[in-house]
Amino acid sequence: METNPNNAILDEVTKGEYKFGFYSDIENDMAPRGLNEDTIHFISAKKGEPEWMLEFRLKAFRHWQNMVEPKWAHVKYPNIDFQDIIYYAAPKKKKELASLDEVDPELLETFNKLGISLDEQKRLSGVAVDAVIDSVSVKTTFQDTLAKHGIIFCSFSEAVREHPELVKKYIGTVVPYTDNFFAALNSAVFSDGSFCYIPKGVRCPLELSTYFRINAANTGQFERTLIVAEEGSYVSYMEGCTAPMRDENQLHAAIVEIIALDDAEVKYSTVQNWYPGDKQGKGGVYNFVTKRGLCRGRNSKISWTQVETGSSITWKYPSCILMGDNAIGEFYSVAVTNNFQQADTGTKMVHIGRNTRSTIISKGISAGRSNNSYRGLVRILPGATNARNFSQCDSLLLGDKCGAHTFPYIETKNESSIVEHEATTSKISEDQLFYCNQRGIDTEKAIGLIVNGYAKEVLNKLPMEFAVEAQKLLSITLEGSVG
Amino acid sequence: MKNETVIQNQALDELLIELFNKEKELLTTNDIEKVTQHRNEAMASFKQTGFPNSSMEQWRHTDLEDLLDEQFNYQLRPSKADGDIEEMFKCEVHNFNTEIISMLNGWHFSKNGQLHTYPNGMVMGSINAAMKAYPDLFNKYYGEIADYTSNGFVSINTALAQDGVFIWVPDGVEVEKTMQIIKMIDLEENLFVQSRNLIILGENSKLSLMHCDDSINQATSLINTVTEVYVGKGAKLEVYKLQNLNDNSALINSTFIKQEADSNVRTNTLTFNCGLIRNNIHVRLDGSGAHADVLGLYLMDKEQHVDNQIRIDHNVAQCTSNELFKGILDDEASAVFNGYIHVARDAQKTNAYQNNKNILLKPTATINTMPFLEIYADDVKCSHGATVGQLDQEAMFYIRQRGVSEANARLLLMYAFAADIIENISIEPLRERIDTMVKKRLRGELSICEKCVLHCGAPEKEYHFDIDYSKI
Repeated sequence: METNPNNAILDEVTKGEYKFGFYSDIENDMAPRGLNEDTIHFISAKKGEPEWMLEFRLKAFRHWQNMVEPKWAHVKYPNIDFQDIIYYAAPKKKKELASLDEVDPELLETFNKLGISLDEQKRLSGVAVDAVIDSVSVKTTFQDTLAKHGIIFCSFSEAVREHPELVKKYIGTVVPYTDNFFAALNSAVFSDGSFCYIPKGVRCPLELSTYFRINAANTGQFERTLIVAEEGSYVSYMEGCTAPMRDENQLHAAIVEIIALDDAEVKYSTVQNWYPGDKQGKGGVYNFVTKRGLCRGRNSKISWTQVETGSSITWKYPSCILMGDNAIGEFYSVAVTNNFQQADTGTKMVHIGRNTRSTIISKGISAGRSNNSYRGLVRILPGATNARNFSQCDSLLLGDKCGAHTFPYIETKNESSIVEHEATTSKISEDQLFYCNQRGIDTEKAIGLIVNGYAKEVLNKLPMEFAVEAQKLLSITLEGSVG
Repeated sequence: MKNETVIQNQALDELLIELFNKEKELLTTNDIEKVTQHRNEAMASFKQTGFPNSSMEQWRHTDLEDLLDEQFNYQLRPSKADGDIEEMFKCEVHNFNTEIISMLNGWHFSKNGQLHTYPNGMVMGSINAAMKAYPDLFNKYYGEIADYTSNGFVSINTALAQDGVFIWVPDGVEVEKTMQIIKMIDLEENLFVQSRNLIILGENSKLSLMHCDDSINQATSLINTVTEVYVGKGAKLEVYKLQNLNDNSALINSTFIKQEADSNVRTNTLTFNCGLIRNNIHVRLDGSGAHADVLGLYLMDKEQHVDNQIRIDHNVAQCTSNELFKGILDDEASAVFNGYIHVARDAQKTNAYQNNKNILLKPTATINTMPFLEIYADDVKCSHGATVGQLDQEAMFYIRQRGVSEANARLLLMYAFAADIIENISIEPLRERIDTMVKKRLRGELSICEKCVLHCGAPEKEYHFDIDYSKI
């Protein structure tokens, strides 16, 4: 059986352990455990930041101290001790690196294991990758090609140094540090992330991509992504993430801000595969992320696509603020939970401009003893004449110990708007399984097939490179959920 | 009468706590031990929570601040009615024969005495009188499902309520006549009313009930009603709630329904007029084969506000539920719908459907709809939907093309929208009457002019839109 190549996928599926759970022995430069103003001074000094950036962090920190952790999500977890986290851990830099060859071989090995050999990606797929390990951006590929078009794609700290005017202008304009508990925390301690600027009228020739990885133990990861698409520009941005297997929970609190000006379009795809914890629900990443896009210009468009398979707890609502007239917001999501995973995810579509349109397609799949919730808000403000929304949230239950929940909020203050929401909850029907079995497809494979078909609407929206990975991930996550 | 009412001059919650301590003896005069115990516990709970406020998730869209700032009177003893009470409560729906139980300003009022046993064995009357007469039933049922910790209104009602309606339909009794509860508010001053109802349906019994809330004058009243309904095995219950109060009135309605196996409940909440209405309906499906239809229609205008919070618990396998709420909002009216279907672990073969449809007529109208599903079993069929929109422009064009004026075409479409709910009214004379009321309401002609919601104009005459249907 092992020799049959057709069974390769099945083998991979039945092994079913977390593939990316290795830990790379890279020397780390760490901040002392705990959080106070000194920690923030430390981080800021480490990164050689200007005064205004430090001010921004301190303001956020002071605000955060007066906030309480939100408890409204449909997830349960023990209280997080925010003083027991290391807020900064960077792979130690020995010297400035000019080429990939000079990169720590250990680090390169890490990327190879991740299957994102930077070298190879560079050659084959033409994807520009910015890899963030623990908290620091390690390598950004393809910068030369991008520079030709005037596109800035670099690590956040580099952007603070090289393009302070842009960062200063846009940081915190979509997700202000006062936004929520975790956004305030991130604004205070964010260590790195990606910055992307597409100039007027430029259609980015490459898919931009960031790979995040938490490596060191006891650290939290707080990265920050800022994407600015000037008038008439287009960019497709992908994000992937993994973490080692550890028994303790790790915190990941990121912020993504997107600004789209007139006629600009940003497509943001995520394959989230943080360590979900083991089969007893021990360990795993707490993924508390604030993602928001602002369609500021007329005819602008922001599209979120996400495949959520990892994390022990996901708490994430990629949102669109449709401010410009005729702006479009899209949200396509597949969230899979297995074992003891908990996900509370969805989106917010805030219609402000006239003729704004939004589409929400959410597919939740729960297995094992997991809980999977969709929580979404569609808000039509009085000025949003002729606004249109369509939402569809389907849940699929595999097994009788899991839960699938839907919490849509629709708030309409404009009589000319049309809002539609529909949702169904069901299990894989006996008929479908019987049909597959009858044709010689075993039950496990059949479920994989049906689930992939069920999620197809969303998977189709992913860029090619991600779609393959996402499909495999779906099967792996659901392994062992049969029967 | 003045010495029977308490004039408020401080915060309402503080006043009520004080009132409870001062008048405890009076409040507990007719109590059995269990009820007194509930009062004490509920008061302790109220002291902690107070009234709900808009920072609470479930009350986010219903702001009570202005309402609770009002000065209210509180009646500790039944008021003496002026004029002919019988005449006041007389209900003359054509061909509609009901048995009336009347409440004036929150107090049971009847010529037949406080508690009446009908030839078929059904008992109906004041909850106050019933407590002494049927202590066993109260020990078994009273306060078992109305969770006073669920919100401040339920706790203050449990602590303070002195009267309400009691209905007991013994096993196997099928009541032919529709029971009609008419609750009327007639006081020149603002009034805060607590009203507590207990309805018990024995096995395989049958009851249809109409619950009318009316007001006569324009004073501000706050009516806080808690109703507990037990539906025994195989029993059938139909409840129609007609809400037609003045624009200054506020109505907080908390209904708790517990259904045993193979029982069938249909509730129909028809909201025509009121300042602020909050309907909490909590249905527990505790026996397999139980079915619940929870329907509602709200037609609001001016600055009226309606908030429907519907929770259905599928606690055991093989239950079905169907929830449909439809609303038309005009002017600055606002509406909230929050449906919550909870399917417990192992409640397999559940079939639950939830839908909320809204039409907004003016740019100033607001709707907040939240259809929630929480599901812990896998072999279930649950779906929900929510829509917000306008009248169908193509249909409008079609009708206008046939020479119908725009105003009439609008009426016709709105009427068609509401028909889904009206069709479900199984008592024919009532359906015809409601049909007429909806038509009148849509034309803006329905007012609080008459004694009861069902007294709209000449009751014998059918009501038509001025539309020549033959053209369509």
